[in-house]
Amino acid sequence: MIEKRAPTSGQLDLSFSRRTALIGGIQATIGVIVAARMGYISIFENERYKLLSESNRINLTLIPPRRGWFIDRIGKPIATNRADFRVDIIPDRLVDKDATVKTLAQLLSLNQDDVDRITKEVSEAQGFQPVEVASGLDYESFARVSVRLPDLPGVSPRQGFSRFYPSGAAVGHLLGYVGVVSAEEYKLKRDPLMITPGFKIGKDALEKAFEPQLQGKPGARRTEVTARGKIVRDLSTRNDTPGKPVQLAIDVDLHNYAARRLGMESGSVVVIDTVTGDILAMVSMPCFDPNSFSEGIGRMEWEMLSKDERVPLRNKSLQGLYPPGSTLKPMVGLALMQNGVDPSETVSCGGGYRLGNRVFKCLGRHGPMNMTSAIMKSCNTYFYSMSNRIGYDKIAPVAKDLGLGQRFPLPFASQSYGTVPDSAWKMKKYGKEWSGADTLNATIGQGYMIASPFQLAVMAARIASGLKLQPEIMLKKRQPAPHLIYPDEHLAVVREGMNLVVNGAGTAVRSRLDLADVKMAGKTGTAQVRRIEGGQRGQSGAWKYRDHGLFVCYAPTENPRYAASVVIEHGMGGARAAAPIAKDVLTFLFDPEKAMAALESFEAGWGGNIQERMDRQYAAFLASRGATP
Amino acid sequence: MNSIVPAPIATLPWRVIFILLALVTIGTTVLYSAAGGDFQPWAAKHMIRFLVLAAITIVMSRMPLDFWKSITFPLYGVLILMLIAVEIVGFAGGGSQRWINLGFISIQPSEIMKPAIVLAAAWFFDKLPPGKINTFDAIWPIGALLIVPSILVIIQPDFDAALAYIFCVVVVAFLAGLPVIYFWAGGAAIALLAPIVFFFGLRPYQQDRVLIFINPEKDPLGAGYHITQSKIAIGSGGVFGKGFGNGTQSHLDYLPEGHTDFIFATMAEEWGLMGGLVILFLYYLLMRWGLTVAVESRTRYGQLVAAGLTCTIFFYMMINLLMVVGFAPVAGLPLPFVSHGGSSMLTMMICVGIIMSIERHPGLRRGQLS
Repeated sequence: MIEKRAPTSGQLDLSFSRRTALIGGIQATIGVIVAARMGYISIFENERYKLLSESNRINLTLIPPRRGWFIDRIGKPIATNRADFRVDIIPDRLVDKDATVKTLAQLLSLNQDDVDRITKEVSEAQGFQPVEVASGLDYESFARVSVRLPDLPGVSPRQGFSRFYPSGAAVGHLLGYVGVVSAEEYKLKRDPLMITPGFKIGKDALEKAFEPQLQGKPGARRTEVTARGKIVRDLSTRNDTPGKPVQLAIDVDLHNYAARRLGMESGSVVVIDTVTGDILAMVSMPCFDPNSFSEGIGRMEWEMLSKDERVPLRNKSLQGLYPPGSTLKPMVGLALMQNGVDPSETVSCGGGYRLGNRVFKCLGRHGPMNMTSAIMKSCNTYFYSMSNRIGYDKIAPVAKDLGLGQRFPLPFASQSYGTVPDSAWKMKKYGKEWSGADTLNATIGQGYMIASPFQLAVMAARIASGLKLQPEIMLKKRQPAPHLIYPDEHLAVVREGMNLVVNGAGTAVRSRLDLADVKMAGKTGTAQVRRIEGGQRGQSGAWKYRDHGLFVCYAPTENPRYAASVVIEHGMGGARAAAPIAKDVLTFLFDPEKAMAALESFEAGWGGNIQERMDRQYAAFLASRGATP
Repeated sequence: MNSIVPAPIATLPWRVIFILLALVTIGTTVLYSAAGGDFQPWAAKHMIRFLVLAAITIVMSRMPLDFWKSITFPLYGVLILMLIAVEIVGFAGGGSQRWINLGFISIQPSEIMKPAIVLAAAWFFDKLPPGKINTFDAIWPIGALLIVPSILVIIQPDFDAALAYIFCVVVVAFLAGLPVIYFWAGGAAIALLAPIVFFFGLRPYQQDRVLIFINPEKDPLGAGYHITQSKIAIGSGGVFGKGFGNGTQSHLDYLPEGHTDFIFATMAEEWGLMGGLVILFLYYLLMRWGLTVAVESRTRYGQLVAAGLTCTIFFYMMINLLMVVGFAPVAGLPLPFVSHGGSSMLTMMICVGIIMSIERHPGLRRGQLS
């Protein structure tokens, strides 16, 4: 074996040379591997790594877009954006978390609720996602934090925009409010804009319905950052594209006036333009303040609102349903004439109407009544007698034709449509035959008949104009509405009846317009909340058992321009509670100064305007809970 | 030429000095950029260190071969004692300790052991009669020589240093003519033992390095971060780089250790593939110089020392470059002559100084009388 033979030093020399050459070859091979690998990374994967290097270096911050405005029919703002100051914490850059939060709480006078929330969110936050400390700050608070900034690493004060509703609670139900995106909403779209601090979306009503139009496009700020997140420099800033404005048919001054004029009452005012069908005002009070809702409502404030028996969280104009009471009588009059009743035929009112063995009472002993005087005096006997003659199945189509029980394509997600009963409806719903008593109850707007204040306003507008108006919340050019099927002579009869209600010897004579050349026509209604028991007629006792007061009207009587409905919950009577408000609201349309003068004297008696009264109510509520504001 | 340049200067090993100067100049430039366009805190120090150590290597190159032979074992012995001292000091201090502070200079004995162990191995094979190279007598002393310092540094724990000793000694043994079968057997044994060492021999952080190396994306913010960021730096540099001073990975601190272990990535980001090829070419020249000196040396000791020390430099370079391109786990080895760091520069320059000395004193052929 060659191996066994001991090598000589010459052989070792030779093997050294060979083996050194081999080592050199291995070294060269490794060098080539490194060069090839480097070439592969820098040539073939260059694009990919360039991208990764850029995404390391560049931090993209979204700038929430300013939300589109809501403006009224002449361009006055209803919802705008207010420049405000906010303070955020960038959790990763905090040095001393507890001390920082404590200092901020002191500088911004945060309460314990806020401090708990911030502490929780900071400990749960990841990376550079900011945690909101406070927004909607005034400049002084902002400046206080800004000067302390060198001692407060990780705190970022900045300027942004927040939604502002100049009218406050008056437009709460109309516009809704905005709020931060919920976890569920974020899961659906996963848009990074949705979790950008300061970004809010419409949460209710028109704010929600017009979200795509109002939202706008976010801006972006590109910054160069170090691995530790320190901003080295701004690279570029693309400004946000504000959302488009939405122009409503609303007359915001009228709307605000109506909201204020409702005063202490719980109710609704709807005003419709009788030429176009435009909704000029749609007020439901009391209402939450959308400004405070949009900033994130406190637990106590929410509790107060949700427990209030006047349900400030419900839009009574569209969602509230009430027995319309005698406001239906002009509509019934049209149905009677359509079915051959001569409006001059009289019925003698002796205080009631006997159907079978039951007497249906009238509110008075009116004597001989024709159609106009029956409307004027709101005589039940006349309408009992005539309706019973033609049957309610002949009246229900007219009610529907005038808008009752109908749904309108308005951009409000939540609306109630009410009921216009007839025999088929009753059979389907209860499996029972329609009775004469049902006819009499429905005729005077009680029983199965329920409608929303909005539908009542549509009814008034259609009677006043003789047109099949379609109500519209957006301001836009539309085809003129077609005429109703009723002849002008019929319409003239019921309009004369409504004129006499206010300007004759009717039920609302005390609410005549105090204007030289404009008169209002209307019809009162008083609707029972529960069955009459004992001597109580819903005119006294606990608030929630009192009768509703309703009023439908239009003005001017000759050539009508505006129609309105006023519904006052538990107002005890249309003439007493609703008609005076309708009078002032319509007066505002013709003589704003006179109407304002009336309002101001009322508000002095009520203890201030809406905002002042709400603030006082909240303070009282907190005091009753033993809390301090 | 001779009339202008004095003989002592003309006879300096200019070839290798130019190669090193080029590498160090590249290093200095990269360090200048990495500091954001400042000679402080790294670039100036780097160049000054090189110049001082270069002067020392010139002195070393004047030493005769016998001088190195005579100090080989005393040096090896002293370093073993220092490694033990480091252990004791570290144990007393309650932590990992690699330095001995002599007051005027800090010495890292595990570093200096790298050239020293090459000298020791070469000394042994030089003394070993050629006829015994296939016997057991050729193996056990070299094993003992290797195992003592290796155990001492593994305790520290400095696994990288132990790996360097093994590499150096294996290379010297291979070149000394040990039968090839040993190396095949050794390779097979490593393949078998590697899993065992991985699971029982490595500390968790070292296991992590290996696991993350296999799949860096597994831990993009932890241990794999280094490799990922290094590849991003090299890849985004492209062929010609982002330009001097324009590297974002290093300047914005995404690339960790951008002035030491990952300086190649820092360089490649700004100078691209071209810069990398220039550095590789300079290393090629350096290796060629070292191996040429070895082959042209006429003494066995000189042959083995020159080749062994060349491979010591190569080991640093290989591990570092494979690491930054993502072909080796993250190890704490700098890039010779380019990375900032006094300790490694000292080791490298000791290697160069001794090789220079061998170049100057090739000795006489065996059998020739001096």
